[in-house]
Formats: sequence, C-alpha cells, structure tokens
Amino acid sequence: MVTLAINGKSVEAPENATILDAARELDIHIPTLCHLDLHSLKMLNKAATCRVCMVEVAGRRALAPACSTPVAPGMEVKTHSPRVIRARRGVVELILSNHPKSCLTCPKNTQCELQSLAAELSITDITYTGKMSSHKADKSSPALVRDMNKCVLCRRCETMCNEVQTVNALSAVNRGFRTTVGTAFAVPLAETTCVSCGQCVAVCPTAALSEVNNIPSLWKLLGDTEKFTVVQTAPAVRAALGEAFGLPPGRAVTGKLVSALRLLGFDRVFDTNFAADLTIMEEAAEFLDRVKNGGRLPILTSCCPGWVKFFEHQFSDLLDVPSTCKSPQHMFGVIAKTYLAEKLGINPKKMAVVSVMPCLAKKYEAGRPELTVNGLPEVDLVVTTRELVRIIRDAGINFNSLPDGEYDAPLGASTGAADIFGISGGVLEAALRTSYEWLTGATLEKVDFEALRGFAGIKEASVAIGEMRVKVAVASGLGNARKLLESVRSGESAYHAIEIMACPGGCIDGGGQPYHHGDVKVLEKRMQALLSEDQGKKLRKAHENPFIKSLYADFLGEHNSRLAHKLLHTGYVKRQKM
Amino acid sequence: MPQSPQGEDCKKLAAFLDSSIDSSGRNESALIKTLYEAQRIFGYLPKEAVFLISERLNVAVSKVYGVISFYSFFTTKPKGRYQVKVCLGTACFVRGAEKIARELESRLGIKLGETSLDRKFSLESLRCVGACGLAPVTLVNGKGYGRLEVKDIGPMLEQYTDGKS
Amino acid sequence: MKKIASYAELNAARAACKPLLALREENTRSGQKRELLVCGGTGCQSSESAAILENLHREILAAGLADKASAQITGCFGFCEKGPIVKIFPDDVFYTEVKPEDAREIVESHLRDNAVVRRLLYEDPAHPGVLIERQSDMNFYKKQLRIALENCGRINPELIEEYVAAEGYQGLARCLDKMTPEEVIKEVTDSGLSGRGGAGFPTGVKWAAAAAQPEGKKYMVCNADEGDPGAFMDRSILEGDPHSVIEGMLIAAYAFGADQGFVYIRAEYPLAIRRLSLAVEQARAAGLLGRNILGSSFSFDLELKYGAGAFVCGEETALLRSIEGGRGEPTPKPPFPAEQGLWHKPTIINNVETLANVPKILRRGAGWFSGIGSEKSKGTKVFALAGKINNVGLVEVPMGITLREIIYEIGGGIKNGKKLKAVQTGGPSGGCISEENMDIKIDYQSLSSIGSMMGSGGMIVMDEDNCMVDIAKFYLEFTMDESCGKCTPCRVGNLRLHEILDEITKGLGTPEHLEKLRSLGQIIQDTALCALGQTAPNPVLSTMRFFSQEYDAHVYEKRCPAGVCRELLDFFITEACIGCGKCLKNCPASCIGGERKQRHVIDPGACIKCGTCAGACPVKAIIRK
Repeated sequence: MVTLAINGKSVEAPENATILDAARELDIHIPTLCHLDLHSLKMLNKAATCRVCMVEVAGRRALAPACSTPVAPGMEVKTHSPRVIRARRGVVELILSNHPKSCLTCPKNTQCELQSLAAELSITDITYTGKMSSHKADKSSPALVRDMNKCVLCRRCETMCNEVQTVNALSAVNRGFRTTVGTAFAVPLAETTCVSCGQCVAVCPTAALSEVNNIPSLWKLLGDTEKFTVVQTAPAVRAALGEAFGLPPGRAVTGKLVSALRLLGFDRVFDTNFAADLTIMEEAAEFLDRVKNGGRLPILTSCCPGWVKFFEHQFSDLLDVPSTCKSPQHMFGVIAKTYLAEKLGINPKKMAVVSVMPCLAKKYEAGRPELTVNGLPEVDLVVTTRELVRIIRDAGINFNSLPDGEYDAPLGASTGAADIFGISGGVLEAALRTSYEWLTGATLEKVDFEALRGFAGIKEASVAIGEMRVKVAVASGLGNARKLLESVRSGESAYHAIEIMACPGGCIDGGGQPYHHGDVKVLEKRMQALLSEDQGKKLRKAHENPFIKSLYADFLGEHNSRLAHKLLHTGYVKRQKM
Repeated sequence: MPQSPQGEDCKKLAAFLDSSIDSSGRNESALIKTLYEAQRIFGYLPKEAVFLISERLNVAVSKVYGVISFYSFFTTKPKGRYQVKVCLGTACFVRGAEKIARELESRLGIKLGETSLDRKFSLESLRCVGACGLAPVTLVNGKGYGRLEVKDIGPMLEQYTDGKS
Repeated sequence: MKKIASYAELNAARAACKPLLALREENTRSGQKRELLVCGGTGCQSSESAAILENLHREILAAGLADKASAQITGCFGFCEKGPIVKIFPDDVFYTEVKPEDAREIVESHLRDNAVVRRLLYEDPAHPGVLIERQSDMNFYKKQLRIALENCGRINPELIEEYVAAEGYQGLARCLDKMTPEEVIKEVTDSGLSGRGGAGFPTGVKWAAAAAQPEGKKYMVCNADEGDPGAFMDRSILEGDPHSVIEGMLIAAYAFGADQGFVYIRAEYPLAIRRLSLAVEQARAAGLLGRNILGSSFSFDLELKYGAGAFVCGEETALLRSIEGGRGEPTPKPPFPAEQGLWHKPTIINNVETLANVPKILRRGAGWFSGIGSEKSKGTKVFALAGKINNVGLVEVPMGITLREIIYEIGGGIKNGKKLKAVQTGGPSGGCISEENMDIKIDYQSLSSIGSMMGSGGMIVMDEDNCMVDIAKFYLEFTMDESCGKCTPCRVGNLRLHEILDEITKGLGTPEHLEKLRSLGQIIQDTALCALGQTAPNPVLSTMRFFSQEYDAHVYEKRCPAGVCRELLDFFITEACIGCGKCLKNCPASCIGGERKQRHVIDPGACIKCGTCAGACPVKAIIRK
C-alpha cells in the first residue's frame, strides 16, 4: 500500500492504483470524460485524451491526469486548486468549441456525458470559437449511425471494437484537428467487418455513435389500420427497462412491459421467450443428432446475430460448426407469419412483426436477405429497449403505475429456460436441461448449472449426462469468442458445445439497453433479475412448455422435421476477413 | 482517374512480404517499412496493396489505414509525374519560402497537397531538407533548387514540360 | 574489415589503419602526396558535390597524378553557407563554394603546380580582400570545439577502417575490457552529459533507471527522427560519422543490459540511412555488432526503423509506438520508457548527438568532458545556425558561450547588414530571444529561464524584416499540422491559438485576443499530454513577452512594423518615383495611376496588397507602411 495526501487528507491506496482510484476512496469527486473502467468486463479505456481529470501534483511542472497517473508514496495532490479549475474549465470549453450545440434535438439529450459534464462545471460561456469538424454522418449501417462531429475522441469505441471485441472495424485516422475515428479508406460502416454489436454505442459518451432510430416507423405502423401488429419482447428487455423509469436496477418489469405495449396499441403482445424455448427444441435435437451420428462437434450456438456475422468474417473456414438454428427473434417471426397467421385467420402479408430487443445487431439481422418467409420479412421492425423507453414517454404512459399485464397466448408462454437466454451461459444451460432429459430419459433434479453463470469472459464445464461427459464452454464478448474459436480451430480444445454471445455478459449488456454509464453493478443486477425470473417459474425446462408441445403436435411435427428445417433453420455465408 | 495497380507491382509487393514476414510473429512492427516499400513500388498506396499488406501481416485494415493516415509520408492518392516540394522549414520560411509557395500555387494552378488534373504536377510542402544554407529550397523529383526568388519559379518549371523528365 | 575478436585485435587494427589518416594529421605544406576531402553532406550534395568528386577523380587521372593525390568524401564541415567545401591535406587549404567545373583548376594549379587557387579561398567579410587558407584561421571555426562532430570533415564515413584509425571503438573496448556496467554508468553520470534532444535529462541517470529494472529483455533506441524544421545536426552526424552513433549505442546497451537496438530514422534522410546501413553492415562484419562482441559475453545488434513524417515521433513514447508499427501517439508518463518501453520492456532512448558524445567520454574520461562547458551544463552543443545570418551552417560550441559570440563571431553577423531582431532556439517548442538577452550564456538552465529552450539545436536568426506575430503563427501552424490529435488541448487548443493569431495578423485583433492567447497558452502548457503539446504555446508566449510592442502595434494600431502582415500594409509610392510605368503595368488589380515620367499613385481602396508593384519598381520607390 502507498500513502499519499489528496487535498490535505491522507489516504492509503494499492500500489497500482491511480490518483482517481485513491480520490474515490476518500469520496473526492474528480470529473472525467474519456476514462472508462468496466472491470468485470475487462474493458479499460485509459487513453487520457480528454484532459478533464487534471489535478495538481506537488513537484510536477504540468498538471497530471488523475485517471492514468499512478499513486506514489508521499504524493501531494490537489483536486480543486484555482489552477486546476481554470485548466479543467478551459479544456471542457475547448471540447465544446468543437461540438455542435444542438443538444435540444440530439438523440443523446439528457443521456450525454459531455452535457452532464458541462452542467456539472456550470459552463455558461464558451471562451473559444473557431473552426469546427465537419464530417458527413455515416448512416450506411442498418443498426447504428456515426456522427463524428459529435465525437470527443475519448477512444472508448476504438478500445471496445478492437481490444474487447476484436472486430477491428474502427481506428483513429488522420491526425491533428482532422483526427477522427473511422473505417479503412473511410468506406461506409456497412461495408466493413462491423457486426453491429453496438458495444461502441453502449460506451460512447456522446451521440457520435447512436442506434438507427425506428421510432417514427413504429408510430407509422401502429397508425396503419390495415396492419395486424404483433410484438415480441426479448428476455433481457424486462431486466433493464425499469431503470429508465427510475426503478432500481435489477427489478424485472415483465408485467408493466406487457401493459405498456398493449396500451401502445399492438394487436398481440407476445414473448420472444416462447421462441427461445422453441430454439432449445431445435438446437438440442440438432446437438443430439450430431452426438449420436458422429456429426461435427462442437456445436456452436447461433442465436446472437453479432456473433453470427463475426464468425462469417473471421472463421469462414468453420461455417459448418455453428448450429443451423435461426435466432429466437426469427423463429418467432416465422412462426407468427405461418402458424399464428393461419390460426388467427390473418393474411401474413397484413401482419407486422415488431421486436423489442436489447440489441442493435437484431436490427441488422432483420434485414438479412435469407431471413424471409414466403417472400415476407420474418421481422418487420426492431426497436431497442432504449427506443421503447422513448416511445412509452412519447405516449405519455406513466410506466411505474401500470398494472402487471399477461402475455397473449399462444406465443406468450415460456419456461424459465427462456429467461436465462438474456445472460451469458443461459442458452447453454437451457440446452443442457433439455438434452439431459432427452438423452437419459431421466428427470434432471438440479437444473442450475452455476459454473456457466457470471461475467467471466470464458467459462468451461464438464457435465455428466448419463454415461457421457459433455464438455462445454461459454464465451461472451467477441474477443473471448475469438480466443475460444482459435483454440477449437487449432485442435487445442475439444468441446461438445459452445455458447457465444457478442456482448460481454450477454444480452443484458446489449448495445440497445439503457446506458450503464460505466456502472457495471447495474449489469450484475440485471443478471440477478433474469435468474430470479427463471427461479420463479414453475416450468424451467424448455421442452415442458405446453404451447411448444402443441406447436409441434399441430404444426411442425417432429423436432428437426422437414418443415421445422425449412422454417426454423438457416445457413451462413463467407465474408471478407479484414 | 486513379489507375488500378499493375499485377507486376502486386507481385513485387508480395515478394517483399514473403521476405519480410517475421517468424517471431511480431509483424506489426514491420508495417511501416512495408508501407514504405509498397509506396516505393506503386508510387502511392492503392487499396489493393493495403489489403494485401493487412492480410499478410495480420494487422486489421482499419488499423493499417489509421497508420497510413497518420504519417505525412504516406499517400493513398496517385501523385503527379513531377513532384514539386517546397521547403517550409523555419530557415526557408524566414528567407521568404511562403512567397515561393504562393508563386508555385499560382503557376501550377493547384494548392499545396494537390495534384493537377492531368497528373503532371503534384505540389507539396515539406519541413526542412537540411539545405538551410541554400534557403529557400524547392525540390522537383528530388532535384534541389536553392536560393530561389519568385522570378526563378517560371524558368524552373519550364524545364518540366512533357517529353522531358 | 575482418573480424575483430578482442581488445588486442582492435588495437592491432587501429595500428594497421593508422596510415589512412597520416596525411590529414601531418602539418606540412611540402608533402609528396596529397589528399582531397570533399564534403558529402546533404547540403553540399544538393550543390553537386558528388560531381565535384567525380571530376576530381577524372582530372587527377588525366593529370597523371594518381600516385600523388587521391580524393574522397567526408562528412559535413559545417560551413554550409560557403559549400561545397573541398579541403586539401596536408597543405591545410580550405576551398569554398567549389563547382564541378573548378576540379580541373584545383588539380592543375594546386596539385600539379603547387599554386593555391586563390579565387576559391574564403574571403573574410570583415576585411574585404583578405583571403584565408586555413580552416583554423576562420572566425567561423575559431570559437568552435568539435567533439560530437570530431570526425565530420576528417574521415570518410563510409570506411570503418578510418573510424578505427581515429580511435573508433576504443571507448567500447575500454568498457568491455576494464569496466563493469555500473562503472560505465558512473562514468557517464560523472561526465555531466545530458540529453541533447531537448529536455537535457542527465544521460547516466536515465541509463541507471533502466539498469535498475529486473534482468530480462531490454531495448536500446537511438532517436534519429530529427524533425525540428531548420535543424540538421543529427543528420550531419549520421552522414559524417555513423560509427560513433553505433559505438554510443553499444556502450549504452552494455551499461544497462540491452541486447537489441533500433535506430528510428527519418525516411526523408536517404543519405543518412545509406551511410548508417553501410556502417551497420561493416560493424557486423567486424564482429562489433552481434554475439560476444570483442570476445566478451556482451551481445548486441541493431535494426533501422523508418519514421514516416511525423514530428511528434521525436517524443519518446510516440517514437516507441511508431517502432511497434502503430500511430505515433504519445502515452502518459509515468510509466517512463526506462520502466515500460518497447513491447512493455525497459527501453532507453537517446538522441544521435548524445550518443556521438558517449564514445569520447569513455575514451578520455568523465573528468575531461566535465571540464568543458558551463557550471551546470557540460560539454558542447551542436547548433544548426540558419536564417538571416551570414554564415549558415553547423557549429559545435562549448556550453556557456554567449549567443552574441555565436551570432556575431562564428555566424559573421546579420545578412545584408540588417539589424538583429531575435534568435529562435528550440524550434516549435522553444522561444524567441531578443537582442537584450544576447549576452546570456547558453546552457539548458539559462535558456529556460528566458522562456526558450535548448531543444535539439536549431538556431534561427531573424532580422527587422521578420514579424514576430507572423513567426509565432508559423510555429503554431507547424505544431497544429504535427499534432497527433490525441489530447484536447493540443488538438483543439493549438488550433484556437492559431486562429487568434491569424485574426491579429489580419487586423481583427482586440485586447481580449491578447488576454486569450496568454491564458489559453498557459492552459495548454498545463494540460497537454506530451511535451510537443505542452511546449507548443512557447513561441507565442515568448514573443508576447519580449516583443509585446509588436503585438500591440498589430492590435491597437492595426500596423505590422516589420511590413509582413499583408492585410495591415499600405503600399505607397514615394517621390523617388521616376514614372516609368512598370508598377502600373504589373499591377494585377489595376489600381495604379499616373502619367508617364510623373509620380504614380496607388488607389488604397482597390489595392489588394500583393506587393507585385514593389517588386517591379526599378528605383525602390514603392514602400510598405
């Protein structure tokens, strides 16, 4: 431990701590902007570029950035001397002198970290004026918009995209005042290796990166009397939506979510969870088929569209490894436009399927050309959790006082196995619950596979299923996925099944979720919320879902039947690596 | 219109890559040298060459582009046949290099950093060629012209008409 | 050169090579043999020194003197103003401004007929008509003391044999044979040598920091990314004496325990790259790079890495990122490179001139070196003297010499008899020193005390025709262009400073502008990430301090006293006008009127202030005011 003094108060800090860490121990607030430390997700942006957290260290000629200056014995730090305050305000004013002043109409209004910082420092006047950056916004991606005029060059997106996700779509380009974050040769983002995971959006302090806004399209759809509107909600949405309305993180708001959607005017409110259970049926059957018939192992989950695009770019030599199952979003869409439409006697052409997702890649996935049914898009429109918040506010709905509603039948019923699709390890856990019973014919008493839970980037377990020891692995975050897949490719590791989620921690940390603003505890609580949802359910194994049983009995036939294959399975394409 | 790189040039680059890839796997540190070589071969850094380098050195193309765009030596645009470089280092500046630059711009009809439409001339500034005794200095395809005055620019450029080099 | 496997073999090689330098060390005018050294530095090569050498070879052959005379290249003599230089040994005759066509006369007159070619001798500007033959008699050289440049102008940089003959690699041999690494560090620390790249950090202390790191992989890097516009010290050393830099790196590597080195060199220095690469090959062949050097357990090898046009890569941490193959963006210090450098391993970065001093210190001892210089700054410093000065060139002077001595004695005073206004040192990170500080003794401390810095050694002289606001703007423009763009103060702040200066030079300045310059300048100094950013406001702040009246004139009177800022100028035709009509004919704005043979008049409203008329006037009747 190291003893130092901050503002005259003595404090002990570990040797590798920064001044910022030590100050937090003393409850001394030092404003920051570029700094971001998501420790449990192993994401650390310590670029020290913004120069907002400057403090005075006795004996040093210039000020020091608290975020990246290590503590030293006997160090004397001042965090609010007049010199510090002048420099800090000066730096923020410089940032603002090259930042659009269109906060009123900015998608990040009230959520922007620069806006909060300016308010915190009571900046009422910007001393400096002059030339401003003028980049054309990149709207090529179906998932996210890049408006580099709003970039403060914190470099969080670059750290996220390259170091955490290893997608490498973005890099700092040019230098001096022309420096920006961009793609190679400034090509549109849609033409790069970007997988639309949206983690860059999740960490961007301003609106330099934001999601494609589907709110106007949704209102238009809801106003179209010709259309029969069906909405599905992903598991992770219910775990985070409440935060935006001031409810404590970790409270699942499933019932209020249903009520809100009904109030908005959807004709049917269904649950992606239903399709999650369905996914387990198909995926477990595919897995068992590969095990029994000597097929390709390991099997990789395929419900995460960011992950799917990632392996199409980076592991195009392994395209036969992933499960051919469509994601729950699309299993839902396809069943809605076939089975449900027939059941309700509605022309599928007049049906619109809307998804509420924690994810930006789902916006991209909905537009994949092969994901159509009888020439119709399987999913018509995707909105994120954040967009749903704005729609609910837009409609003047008092979310917190809504009664708990119930999902409509038949595509609203689900087991606990579906809830945990929203957390890393959950899909595999759900699949194991079903595979165990199918393979052994015995009842699985202890359904909790704790080794697969939590925020660790790569998790492994060996599970006894009857005679067989099944080796499984889970990765979340694409950098971890890359490591795992490389060990599979080299033959170093042998697994039977692997689950991968693009976002660190799983969908609860999706690119479309309410901003965590660097507070990873929020993510831990969301995880707890979904685990409780699972535990609260009477049925916790996908194959026990009665509505799933009747779907097969009435419509699909066997698991992995020809019709099931036609509707619920898909294929993958090779994409450029760089 | 930018010409697409010749197959012959791509082969040369591939050969260079074959010889320079390091078995220790620390290929990223060979990036700048490789780009330098590629620019020597092609005259600039065409997309095809950059993708080839990215793939062979296993460095993401976005990152390679980030590097290219950082260093003023590298260019992704083809240059003119005659590259006019006016030194704007301090020694030349205090001896009137700015007037020389302005005269070059007006005579060539292009600004610093541009290439004429017929790809005959490129005009660039550079920082100190180290011939301060000859300030102000301008280079045309590497040949130095020292102690220049505005009136010398016309005759200097006249030597670079088509057919001569 | 064949492999040298021990100290004894090195001494034997030295003895064997010694005759190569014999003629140059004799001091006689009646030698039977003669040797001609032609400057092969970049400056002289731009003036066709290669053709001079070729012609000399040819003429010597033609005159049948092949057994009596030989010619070869050498490194920069420093007197670039009068280049190309040809020096003849053992006569000690120094020819200046030689042209390729002069080769015949030199050979026929001097070599064959023993008659000095008087028209190629240097004429003392202070005493017209007085021709000087000997280098040592010239004012330009009288006050110089050459240590780093010892071999420039003395040996052929392309021959390792000549370097070895000139006591080369003796410093290294002494280290390996007689000294522990700790003793080497102590020797360098005691010598008082400090980093010649800018900040002046004590070299021995730096090495000790890396030596203190746990054993394991460590790197030695030579910073040859000289980017200071108007400075060419390091390039001249690399071109003129590359082995001294290699030897310096070897000694450093031995001292702190590195086995691998890199020279980070500007790609724009093709000649330096060629000479250094050649030297590396020769050293490798002689076993002076590689495994078990001079039979010791010490192994070291090095590789060249090219800089690709980014001034910021002169900053240590940016340089390391560039060697690793990335964008040259600086990273915060601490951690310092000596703790975590290349690939997170302890790394020492020394600049070329620093390293060139090291072998001499190890050869002659710390006491010798620390006896040179001022109380606090030891040794010499090489400056690239340029701008409005008579003797542009490279000079090496002991620390503690005054600026006045450099400018007026060595430099020969201001060009065209104009009045000195300022001397800029330290390049874009430095400041402008005014006439009243000309008697300051030059060392690290005194220069910082007046808001400038030693920097890498650029010294630009400005006269009354240079506008200090314009100069500050010039430096800001440079820093803006070269900013890596990573941190806010440098990326945005320096642009804002430049914009304010631009408005001032356009007559749009207000008193608030001056206040903003000052306060923003201080904020940038306080908050920028690296030394490039932190020092970028220095040229502005120092000119504001010493030339405030010039800023005031721009802001309050909308006047540029030096007559540089175009928007603030009025062109005026005086009574000296002879009415020739040349101005009228050349005026692009057609704003000059007047009858032939009558005084002409400029319409100030229509004048675009381009200055074409003033250039066209044969009697200098058009003035700017």
